[in-house]
Order: sequence, then structure tokens, then C-alpha cells
Amino acid sequence: MTKPIISIRNVTKRYPGVVAVDNVSFDIMPNEFFALLGPSGCGKTTLLRMIAGLETSGTGDIIVDDQNMEGVPANQRPVNMVFQSYAVFPHMTVRDNVAYGLKVTGVAAAERAPRVEEALEMVQLGSMADRKPDQLSGGQRQRVALARALVKRPKVLLLDEPLSALDAKLREHMQLELARLQQVIGITFIIVTHDQDEALSMADRIAVMEKGGVRQIAGPEELYEKPHSRFVADFIGKINLIDATVSGVSKSGVTCKAKGLGEVIVPHDGEASGNVSLAVRPEKLVLSAEPPASGSDISARGVIRDVAYYGDVSNVFVTCSDGLELAVNVQNDRAAAGLLENGREVYASWHPSDTLILQE
Amino acid sequence: MESWKQNKAVFWVTALPGVVWLLLFFLIPLALIWGMSFGEKTSIVDIEITGTLANYLRSFEAVYVKIIWKSIWISVISTAVCLAIAYPIAFGICFSPARWRPLLLLLVILPFWINLLIRTYALIAVFRTRGTLNFTLEWLWDLAFLDKLVGPYQPLELLYNNGAVIVGMVYVFMPFMVLPLYATIERLDRSYLEASLDLGASQWRTFFSVTVPLTMPGIVSGIILVFIPMLGMFLVPDLLGGTNAIMIGNVITDQFKAANDWPFGAALSFLLMYVTFAALAVRAFIGSRMKGGVGV
Ligand SMILES: Nc1ncnc2c1ncn2[C@@H]1O[C@H](COP(=O)(O)OP(=O)(O)O)[C@@H](O)[C@H]1O
Ligand SMILES: [Mg+2]
Repeated sequence: MTKPIISIRNVTKRYPGVVAVDNVSFDIMPNEFFALLGPSGCGKTTLLRMIAGLETSGTGDIIVDDQNMEGVPANQRPVNMVFQSYAVFPHMTVRDNVAYGLKVTGVAAAERAPRVEEALEMVQLGSMADRKPDQLSGGQRQRVALARALVKRPKVLLLDEPLSALDAKLREHMQLELARLQQVIGITFIIVTHDQDEALSMADRIAVMEKGGVRQIAGPEELYEKPHSRFVADFIGKINLIDATVSGVSKSGVTCKAKGLGEVIVPHDGEASGNVSLAVRPEKLVLSAEPPASGSDISARGVIRDVAYYGDVSNVFVTCSDGLELAVNVQNDRAAAGLLENGREVYASWHPSDTLILQE
Repeated sequence: MESWKQNKAVFWVTALPGVVWLLLFFLIPLALIWGMSFGEKTSIVDIEITGTLANYLRSFEAVYVKIIWKSIWISVISTAVCLAIAYPIAFGICFSPARWRPLLLLLVILPFWINLLIRTYALIAVFRTRGTLNFTLEWLWDLAFLDKLVGPYQPLELLYNNGAVIVGMVYVFMPFMVLPLYATIERLDRSYLEASLDLGASQWRTFFSVTVPLTMPGIVSGIILVFIPMLGMFLVPDLLGGTNAIMIGNVITDQFKAANDWPFGAALSFLLMYVTFAALAVRAFIGSRMKGGVGV
């Protein structure tokens, strides 16, 4: 088994009146593309800055490549950071910005020059080396920040919301670009983001944070398919959450009484008792005019309240009995034609195995 | 914001008082003095503007060149000392907790509200032979039994020399240096400093390679704001410098008062103005060269 490149052990950081990072522990493996994902204010940046050594006075241990970072100042840590604002020095040319980190640590000019050029080529800025930052676009400035950090050959690259300031098109492009760079260079990336799509599409593993704590760490697919909590299920993608009460557990599954659905049996391994949430993704639901043929499906009769048309798909909202609201993702194919009208009575159904039981 | 510029009538009406004020109390008197600098005294009260350059030529006599030169270097040293002290102060205020900042700024500005004359006399009270500083030193001297070991304390001669003038000028002009520095340092994005540390630079390296260049506009403003009035200062050298530390400002006041030679005083004043213009030109030159992110 390989050793982790970074170990976070019981890390806590308090600000007056708020626990920004609350007893967080996890490991990151070499060459991993790791994402810290969570809503604004959940402590992602604080944790990243603690790894960089820019935020001190927290408790717990941060171990980078077997070395405890306790007492190691920011300028001696084997990690580098791409700041959210990029912080590209405005009084230096692109080349001087990239060379800065080598110059200040006494790398000889003869070695410096080729490394700087290599880093500039890596982010495709070779032709702009003599420009000042104010002659660059936001995306280009970000590349400078990236090259400036990568030229140091850090063991871990830290990126704080690197794409948040870019427009949608460029953002998509940079997502691919970052993933490519990480593959080529083969170092660990830790990226902070509040955008779940970004995390899902780029990261090997994602830590979902809420109120300073880590709620779940998993790969994108597992996180989407098997969220552990209401919070994670709700934060990653869209999901229907249905209040239910467990009435019995047997071999075939958990029997619960669910709001608007009556008695349902859901396959589930693990514990389940008391009040729970049944969770099902909108794309797992099927709409039909007639009751579903398969008797084992969970289904609810309701009325279409709203249809949001997105071209290839429509998001349909169905109001069922007992105040149950279901969101359904419908492919706009021939079968859907004529069905999606406001006020129309439909059946929404899904397979029991697509249902998750989330214990709060 | 655009529309008022387009409405010419409103623009002129609002600008008029300022223009009149500037014309009446600044440009016209300045022009009179400038004219006078090309004039000759025809009697005790009469001056005739003859276009002569004699006053300027007289300014280049060795005795005056020496005084101008001395004024310049005393001002340069005072400005440098001012900067060296003000920078850490401004930095400290910027990085202190937000709720302390107004109070700390108030402390910097406070001396402004006390008459310059009173403040300068207060300095005399502190620095004179039988002043606060010498008394304190004597007390410490006696406390360490040096009076028994070495002999009685000899008061330091702290006043009426160039050093006293420099101390006085630094003291008087300190707020003018701290405030522009504070304004630029406060606007400085701290992530630049953090990026520098993150890239492996020491605190010192960060200071000289990032902080100083990025706060250069404030440094230049502070220097200009302090250096120019220092050059023409007459009160501080008059009171603290005695006759040893006479500066060009004192010579000019003498021409207008005791010597009653207004044309020569006017020429000297304008010589000072030309130096000032040169300094501003240098500033503009540096400003245009630094343009590109730094120029604020
Ligand atoms: N310097 C600070 N002083 C006080 N509170 C702070 C400071 N920095 C962050 N916080 C607080 O810590 C929490 C986490 O902040 P942050 O790590 O920036 O969140 P995120 O990056 O996830 O949006 C927030 O509640 C924020 O208000
Ligand atoms: Mg953040």
C-alpha cells in the first residue's frame, strides 16, 4: 500500500465566534486529484491555507510526505498555492513572476531560465513572457499563477477556487486543462470549489464539507450514487427527499411508511430505524399515463404542476397526495410527447433499488 | 456622473468660486512675486520691474548656493528619516485589529491640531540643556551611580544645531508621510505578500521585492508631500537651529522683512519653486515609467 502524501489529523481552527475547521482528518494519496467541496463559508479555504502554512494557530497535525508541518513556516513547505485572486505580481513581467519563486530560493540563473521557459510552455504562455499582468486576460493571469506555482515543483499543488472568476466557456476549458496538467506532471492537486460539477468532473476523490466538518469522502460516482446523508445528497446534484418512518427490517429490505407513498419496501444494507429520508434522483423516475406495469415499482399518482424545458430534457414537477412533491427528469423523446402538460394526471414510478435510505 | 460634465452651465457655475479663489489668492499674487523677481528696488518702498536677471544671478553667489545646498541635504535627510519611521508606523496601523485603527490614526493626526509654534517650543522644552530629556538622562545617570564613578552628568547640547532642525522637521512632517503610506498599504492586497511567502521568499525579501514596489505610489506621494515644504521651512530652523542651521526659508523671510529686499526674496522664492517643479517632474517621470498595475 502506498503511503499518503498528505495526512490531515484532527485539524481544528477557530475564529472568534466560529469554528472554521472542525476536527478534520483524512489522507490524500500521491498523484491524486483531490477536491474540497462545500458551500461558501464551510471552511475550505481555511483548511487549504492551513496546509500552505498561511493560517497558523490551529490545532492538530498536518503531515506532508512524512514530515510534520508543525512550526514549518509557509516559505519552507513543499507545497504551493494558486490563490483565488491569482495574486500575480503586477510590477513584474510574466517571466519574472514565474522566476520569482526560484530566484528567492537561490536557484542559479543557469538552471532557472530553462525551468521558467518549461513552465511557461506548459501553460502555453511562452509568447507572452514579456508582458505585464495588466496586459493579460483573467484566464491568462491564472495560467501565470499556475506556472509560478508549478515551476517550484511542489509535492502538492493547492488551488483555491481556481475557476470561479472565469466565464462558463473558459471554465470548462480550464477544467480539462487542469486535469491534463495534473496527469502530465503527476503531482497531487488539492482543489477547493463550491461547484459540484467542477468537483465531479475533475477530481478523483472529493471531500464534502459542511460547517467546518467533512461529511463524506468518496469518488464522484459513489458520492452521487451513494451519499451518506441528506446534506451530501442534496448538495451533489438534485435529489427527491421523501420523509418516511421505518416500520420493519427484514431480509428483503426495509419497510417504511413514506409520505404520499404509503407502505414501501426498499432494499438496504445497514441500519435503519425511526425517521429517515428516502432519496431518489430525478432521472431514476419514470412518468406514465397508466399505472406502471411492474407491480414491484414504487409509484405515486399526481398532477403535473410545472414543466421546465431544457431542450434534451425537461424537469417536471409532480404534486402527489399528502403534499409530496416529486421532481422528474424526462428525456424529450417520442414517449414524452403529449404527456408533459400542466395539470395532467400522471404516475411517477421508480425501481425500489434506486432508492436510498438516509438516516439523519 | 457623465451628465454634469456635459451640462456646461452647471459645470461653470459650480467651478466658478474655486476658479475665482485660485485666481485671486494664488495665481495673481504668485504672478506679482514672479514679476518682482525681475525687478529692482528704486527706493525704500518702490520697486520697478525692469526685467533684470540680477536677482537670480545674486542667488548664485557662493553664500546663497551654500545655503540652498544645505537646505536640500537637510530636507533630504529629514525626508529619509521621516520615511524610515513612518513606514513601520503605517504598516503597523494597517495590520492592527480593525477596531484599533481609527484610534491609532487619530494619534498620528493629533499633533496637527496643535499650533506649530507651540509644538516647536515644546520641543525646545524637551531638548534644551535644562530640559526634560537631559533631566531624565541625569536621573538615569545618578541611578546607575555613574555620578560617583565617573563624575557629575554633563548635559547634552541638543539644540541649535543641524541635528535639532532635522529632529524638529521629522516631528512636524511625520503625519504627512504616514497618511499617504497608510492609504496605499491599506489598499495593498495581502495575497501578494502571502504569494511571495508561499513561493519561498523570506519576510525581508517579500518586503523589498513585493511590498515596497507595490506601495511605491504612497512612498512617492509621501516624499513629495514632505520634502517640498521642508525645503521652504523657516520656523523650525529659526527656533531650533538658531544661527547655526539657517536654511533658505530663513534667508527668504529675511529679505522680505529685515533686509527689505523684495525682488531678491522673490527670486529666491522662485528658485525654490523651480526646484519643486523639478521634483514633481521627476515624480511624473517615475509615475509614467511604473505605469502598469502599480501606478495608482
Ligand atoms: N480571518 C478570519 N477571521 C474571522 N473569521 C474568518 C476568517 N477567515 C475565515 N473566517 C470564517 O471562517 C469560516 C470559513 O471560512 P472559509 O474557510 O473562507 O470558507 P470557504 O472557503 O469554505 O468559503 C467562515 O465562517 C468565515 O467567516
Ligand atoms: Mg473560500
